[in-house]
Amino acid sequence: MAVEILKENYAGKVLSMTIGVGDRAVTVGGATALPFHSFEGEVGNRPLIAYEVLDTVPEDPPASLQEELESVWDDPVKWAKYCQDEQGARAIALRLVSTDPDGQDASPESAAETVKKVLDAIDIPLVILGCFKEAKDGPVLKAAADAARGCNCLIGKAQEENYKTIAAAATANGHKLIAFSNLDFNLAKQINILLSQADFDINNIVTDPTASALGYGLEYTYSVIERIRAAGLMQNDAMMQPPMFLDLSSVVWKVKEVKASEEDLPEWGDRTERAVHWEAATATSLLMAGAEIMVMTSPRAIQTVEKTIDQLMA
Amino acid sequence: MALTGIEIFKHLPKTNCKDCGFPTCLAFAMKLAAKQASLEDCPHASDEAKDFLGAASAPPVRKVVVGAGDAAWTLGEETVLFRHEKKFVNPSAYAIQVADEDPELAAKVAAIAAFKVDRVGEDYGVNLIALQDASGDAGTFSAAVKTVVEAAPKLGLVLATRKVDLVEAGLAACEGKNPLVYGADADNIDALLPLVKGKASLVVSASDLNVLSDLAEKATGAGVEDLILDPMPANAREALERLTQIRRLAIKKNYKPFGYPLWMSAVHEDPQIEGTLATIGTMKYASVILLSELRAWEMLGLLTGRLNIYTDPQKPMQVEQKVYEVGNVNGESPLIVTTNFALTYFIVAGEIENSKVATRLAVQDVEGLSVLTAWAAGKFTASKIAEFIKESGVASNLTRKEVILPGYVSVLSGTLEEKLGGDWKVVVGPREANQLPQFLKTCAQG
Repeated sequence: MAVEILKENYAGKVLSMTIGVGDRAVTVGGATALPFHSFEGEVGNRPLIAYEVLDTVPEDPPASLQEELESVWDDPVKWAKYCQDEQGARAIALRLVSTDPDGQDASPESAAETVKKVLDAIDIPLVILGCFKEAKDGPVLKAAADAARGCNCLIGKAQEENYKTIAAAATANGHKLIAFSNLDFNLAKQINILLSQADFDINNIVTDPTASALGYGLEYTYSVIERIRAAGLMQNDAMMQPPMFLDLSSVVWKVKEVKASEEDLPEWGDRTERAVHWEAATATSLLMAGAEIMVMTSPRAIQTVEKTIDQLMA
Repeated sequence: MALTGIEIFKHLPKTNCKDCGFPTCLAFAMKLAAKQASLEDCPHASDEAKDFLGAASAPPVRKVVVGAGDAAWTLGEETVLFRHEKKFVNPSAYAIQVADEDPELAAKVAAIAAFKVDRVGEDYGVNLIALQDASGDAGTFSAAVKTVVEAAPKLGLVLATRKVDLVEAGLAACEGKNPLVYGADADNIDALLPLVKGKASLVVSASDLNVLSDLAEKATGAGVEDLILDPMPANAREALERLTQIRRLAIKKNYKPFGYPLWMSAVHEDPQIEGTLATIGTMKYASVILLSELRAWEMLGLLTGRLNIYTDPQKPMQVEQKVYEVGNVNGESPLIVTTNFALTYFIVAGEIENSKVATRLAVQDVEGLSVLTAWAAGKFTASKIAEFIKESGVASNLTRKEVILPGYVSVLSGTLEEKLGGDWKVVVGPREANQLPQFLKTCAQG
């Protein structure tokens, strides 16, 4: 008996967005169906993984990352070039951790200098992330946005407390914006509405609904993303159609499973493989829900996910 | 397909006898439709009504049990496509391949059976051993079946062979163990069906969904209903698409030939890719996931992901109320109080670990709400916190009676100090967990 495949009728689509300039600019989004459902719609552009680069040597890094990145992480320019030239990165995510007021408390001007240096060294798109402290991110991202003028970067994260400053800086300098909200479907919509009311173009926004690591609330992120995707595609909710941005690096590399040694927990198996798997499995799960841009750190985990995406788009 | 109260009512006795505990048959029918009552509550229901309502209320994906006794693992019974709609019901089983002619078979299987990891206070491990017919020989296969059953009495068994004589020999070697036979295809199904009937569940496989549907119908036609379907994807895209197509037809159209648990092989030459393929299977409807070998790091990740995805979306995840010790605490270590929403606990405990300042974390049961929500709901009030801190007996471990309150509920600090009484001091901590490391380091410096 012939099986009649049941195809979903999608009313909406995921918006597409381009970051970067020139030959190596990258476009994400554009799907007209659930993730990788090529049998019933357009899958859109390939998801983008941005390699995380810190502007300062990581404090207390897991041993497995140390093995992979120690030789480059004393200098953000060297680190970014390594990701682009040696690892084939399609984008870099520069995190300005030095600006953390509870840490080095570096000035917006010094952060802007770093942004300039990194931009001079690479020709792939740049994501610029602040230290994620609302008050400090405003001036830091404004200075960074000025420094990166015309480079069509993705900057953030803009939150309810600071979105006006950051959105204005993005508009003035031709950048795209990460709209962050705290792990809730309605809050994710609200920040997009607030930005739209402030005349920020919905086509220039990516939605960051808060990443969670495998074992640390992954299911909440998973379901929030699935619900946002359903609202955008099935209900054609215009405020729920921007591409989805997940900052995995900020959550995965803190958890015990990527840090604990084999001496302490022999039943958890090889530490290096375990850490790579943790980031790759977190990413793969979120791809199933609907992630378009992910910030990741381990080159091996990223290669694993890229090969998995090759299969998903085969 | 769910029935309405009226449809159910037509099949009830309509006597309004109240024996079910409801005032009328219609009221009872409404409760049945809402799944708040069971037909067993009606002592007068006819057999016809039981058959009709039983069939109509059966989940669109059949329940299939693999293994017997301690080794039994239940699959299927799924009712939704997305976990935010309703809880996924029966977690996927992970099956590890072993070869029948492997000289280390007994030791390998014993190691797989012994593997366990603790997640949130419970032990989890591998579910199934998939015995491959590498030898092609019935005697070797049958001896290997006995070895596996002996070495792993609490794991289910997959007889991974398409050869009819090996299936027969294998089944004879594990009578009463209710194994899963992998499997049937268009070539061998006629011979396999009588062999497995009443003794084993059967995987039917075909890369063409039309063929797969025909094979499933053929099996049920022969009275073999404990089926698992393998649409044999060649890559991740085919896996996602076929598993989705099958499950969607079962759930949205109640398409019977596809109303069974699903099988997916994640076996891949690159162990990390095997890990991501198995992750896709776990997230997207695979009930049995085949892996090439036991790797502790991979199992830890897969079992964790499965645990995440099979939680109830309507029920906030909670942790137990108690005073947790993060790091090697002593009398001088700070004491923080927070709520028992699992996410709150994980984030706060994680940031404490980052701070490297050993800290006591008093987690109060507020039915799994976050700090602000619990406070708004009147479950995280000064008197309730005070009562919890006092009853916990934590004071006897402290040199200074001082408790750190989440910044979001700073308004409670005065009252809390009053309610705690004695020489207790309340310190207002940061609002967000990511400010904790700095806060704790400052505390530690005095």
